[in-house]
Amino acid sequence: MPIDTSEPSMADRVRSVVDRHRGDRGALLPILHSLQAEFGYVDQAMIPVLAAELNLSRAEVHGVVTFYHDFRAEPAGRTVLKLCRAEACQSVGAEDLVAHAETRLGSKIGSTTADGQVTLEQVFCLGNCALGPAGQVNGRLYGRLDAARLDGILDAEAERA
Amino acid sequence: MTITIYVPRDSAACSVGADAVASAITREAAASGADVRVVRNGSRGMLWLEPLVEVATEAGRIGYGPVSASEIPALIEAGLFTGGAHGKRLGLVEELPWMADQQRLCFARVGVTDPVSADDYLAHGGMAGLRRALTMDPAEVVKEVTDSGLRGRGGAGFPAGIKWNTVHNTPGELKFVCCNADEGDSGTFADRMLIEGDPFCLIEGMAIAAYATGASEGYVYLRSEYPDAVATLRQAIEIAYARGWLGQDYLGSGQRFDLFVRVGAGAYICGEETSMLESLEGKRGMVRSKPPIPAITGLFGKPTVVNNVLTLASVPSILAQGAAAYAALGVGRSLGTQVFQLAGNIKHGGVFETAFGMSLATLVNDYGGGTRSGRPVRAVQVGGPLGTYLPASTMDLPLDYEAFAAAQAMLGHGGIVVFDDTVDMASMARFAMEFCAEESCGKCTPCRVGSVRGVETIDRIVAGVEPEANLVLLGDLCELMTDGSLCAMGGLTPNPVLSALRHFPEDFTARHEGTAP
Repeated sequence: MPIDTSEPSMADRVRSVVDRHRGDRGALLPILHSLQAEFGYVDQAMIPVLAAELNLSRAEVHGVVTFYHDFRAEPAGRTVLKLCRAEACQSVGAEDLVAHAETRLGSKIGSTTADGQVTLEQVFCLGNCALGPAGQVNGRLYGRLDAARLDGILDAEAERA
Repeated sequence: MTITIYVPRDSAACSVGADAVASAITREAAASGADVRVVRNGSRGMLWLEPLVEVATEAGRIGYGPVSASEIPALIEAGLFTGGAHGKRLGLVEELPWMADQQRLCFARVGVTDPVSADDYLAHGGMAGLRRALTMDPAEVVKEVTDSGLRGRGGAGFPAGIKWNTVHNTPGELKFVCCNADEGDSGTFADRMLIEGDPFCLIEGMAIAAYATGASEGYVYLRSEYPDAVATLRQAIEIAYARGWLGQDYLGSGQRFDLFVRVGAGAYICGEETSMLESLEGKRGMVRSKPPIPAITGLFGKPTVVNNVLTLASVPSILAQGAAAYAALGVGRSLGTQVFQLAGNIKHGGVFETAFGMSLATLVNDYGGGTRSGRPVRAVQVGGPLGTYLPASTMDLPLDYEAFAAAQAMLGHGGIVVFDDTVDMASMARFAMEFCAEESCGKCTPCRVGSVRGVETIDRIVAGVEPEANLVLLGDLCELMTDGSLCAMGGLTPNPVLSALRHFPEDFTARHEGTAP
């Protein structure tokens, strides 16, 4: 099979994302968000390209990427489950819910299940503090979670696969 | 005649099924041939009643809640479309004590209007503040805000007018208005609800700030944890441009004001104003030392107004109704209204906007209905994760900045998190240190290292390892963090730790009594 030369290289794709943000002031964060939206994570190999395009040092770009919790170094699972562990959710059983999620998924907070399906993360406040414990599944907010409701949500996500 | 039904689009309402309720109503109405228009409003803030469905009747809006999608056919059968009787019927929403007893300025339209309808906004008094501001000189607008007594609603309570005046008086071709919408504190959700429920109010407040100070660009720094708020605000900004409320010669002001949404990336420290500015500049969110203050040297080194969402959202009503009307509310130097947020283990949680001065006990026990678990209230944390833990016995405190400060507590942004008697206060104190260690920007040693040592020291105390000596050490550590940290993150973390220790000492000893060597 001939090599498909129409496929743009990662560096080209990164440059095209940078181009979309040329007019933005202090554009690095919006660029990183766009890269993560497009690739699912921010690859180490993107850092020198960004540094060259934005006239920053590699260390500066690396420093920004690693400072923020949102930017991943590798792709997440198909489902990203974030559970809130801040005070308001703790007061209504967030820690028990985290323990349940870890047991069900067989993986710890901050990691992805062995089959690559679900990434479990902690988050400190989703702004649903009167309806806790709260969680977010692929960007969608859920309130008044308990073990049964969480299982139902995860089952539905698994079926959608 | 078309029947209007309201089902909130607020993400908290949707987190317990509002989207499914809205689709069920649309589906069932179509099946029955009823002429129904479903409006997705913001939330009224009675979150225990969500999803709250309202039907517009001649008498007013009648509510039903909390409603699940599966109940919709029965509700329609019972006469939902005409406000008919049903077990979930609440009566006229405006007359429910929770609503009727509030003094809503910021939240006047939230839950009432369609958040992304510009016409709805105008019909409910929107743009009156900006219109009046434009009849005045910028300096007069600044004076109006100063005279209102409005203090920063982000937590620190700094007078907004003084900040605006500095920016107004600082010469510069380019000035900015930045809205700090990085509401990362547990127990706070009013910023999110305002943005999702009445985004034009924030836009109008920022446009007034821009006119008053001569700023031509604005940024809303909004948390990535709030994707619905991001989408709603972006949509509202597009509409505002189309209406001429933003951009060149906005609302006939003769000036230009452009407004952008910037999404944070999951760093609590970026809620600190100088960290937020660094982040907006595309850098790590490291705290800056002050001076220089942002009003003089702010975003990209230019004069910058930095205000919280609710501060800016208070401005339209201040300008529309006049400074005196605003200053007539409240007590002492805490003027106007505060949007209190009842959260955690609470039966009736939500937002309650009222003049300063109501007691904490009234809010938590009477309006909040006590704990959701039904057990006694043991501790209440006011003002976010860096706020003091108050025992149930001190809850007669009036909600005003000075009274709280006098009680070694802080009112902050009005977030109130309730805990019942099953809470372990030693673990809450440990969590405060752990959170600081996790979220410290790392620039100063007291915060970065002190918080790690704090966790270790609390662990030793609870394990019964030289508890007396370690308690002294913890006290020293807290003093150092308070005095030596560069910003409030490290400087205030001792608040929850020491208050837990002061009010609940038994939690720090019980587990090792009799087992210590």
